[in-house]
Amino acid sequence: MASIVASIWQGITYRGKDGHYAWLLHRLGGLGIVLFLFLHILDIFLVGVSKELFETFLFIYHSAPAKVFVMGLLFGVFFHAFNGVRIILVDFWPEKFSNLKMQRLLFRLVVLVTLLFFIPTAIITVAPIFGTHLSLSHLLGG
Amino acid sequence: MSAITRLKYGSPNRFEVLSWYFMRLSGAVLLLIAVMHLLIMHVWYGVDAVDYRFIVGRWASPWIQVYDMALLLFALLHGVNGTRWVIDDYVHSRGWNVALKSLLAVLAIIFFIMGAQVILTFDPSASETAWQSLAAVFAL
Repeated sequence: MASIVASIWQGITYRGKDGHYAWLLHRLGGLGIVLFLFLHILDIFLVGVSKELFETFLFIYHSAPAKVFVMGLLFGVFFHAFNGVRIILVDFWPEKFSNLKMQRLLFRLVVLVTLLFFIPTAIITVAPIFGTHLSLSHLLGG
Repeated sequence: MSAITRLKYGSPNRFEVLSWYFMRLSGAVLLLIAVMHLLIMHVWYGVDAVDYRFIVGRWASPWIQVYDMALLLFALLHGVNGTRWVIDDYVHSRGWNVALKSLLAVLAIIFFIMGAQVILTFDPSASETAWQSLAAVFAL
């Protein structure tokens, strides 16, 4: 047990800069997403159990604290997805992408694209807490 | 030696090489279908639009059922295989390692069946759901 704590701690405190942040965020994001996936399968399963049960369960997602949690999830999904592209590029075309300069550039691109997707999505997600509805179907009257 | 080289020239652990490949392949698929699902639900509709009626309308299309089955299968396998890697990274005691991975496998099978059951057999026109009939049999 002590060795597990030690290896997890080493994984967090290792000073590997961008490559290390990418690995750490990818792992944390992945674990968070898989936990949410189990919760999400459970709530959708309830649709087939009873309408009342499902709609009672939905209060979890429609509450304000849940929206803050969902923001974390959104960041995790976007980062994991775009960092995954970086991993595929480096693994399949190492002669092009595995040099230090390219790795640094790719990591910065991953963070940039993640923020480009995350910021607007996060604003739309938390807006209902403040009584504003910004989802596109709502804005466009669809 | 890269995993690709190992797959080409034979490896002592072919399963791990295939698992490595699978993560990249399913990752690329999920980049499209999971990110699209997220954008449709959070940016287009917004989570507050979701209720029972919304889901009934969604599953009225067989294409959405196919899409949701693909999401369930790829996300669950990708997530569970990733969790298996994390367990192998940190839990070296053979007993705990096998116990945790067995638990993970059982959970994966149960949750796959739960998801597939509702996506494939959900019938909003039925007077009561299969689970309500089952509960009635046991007088719950």
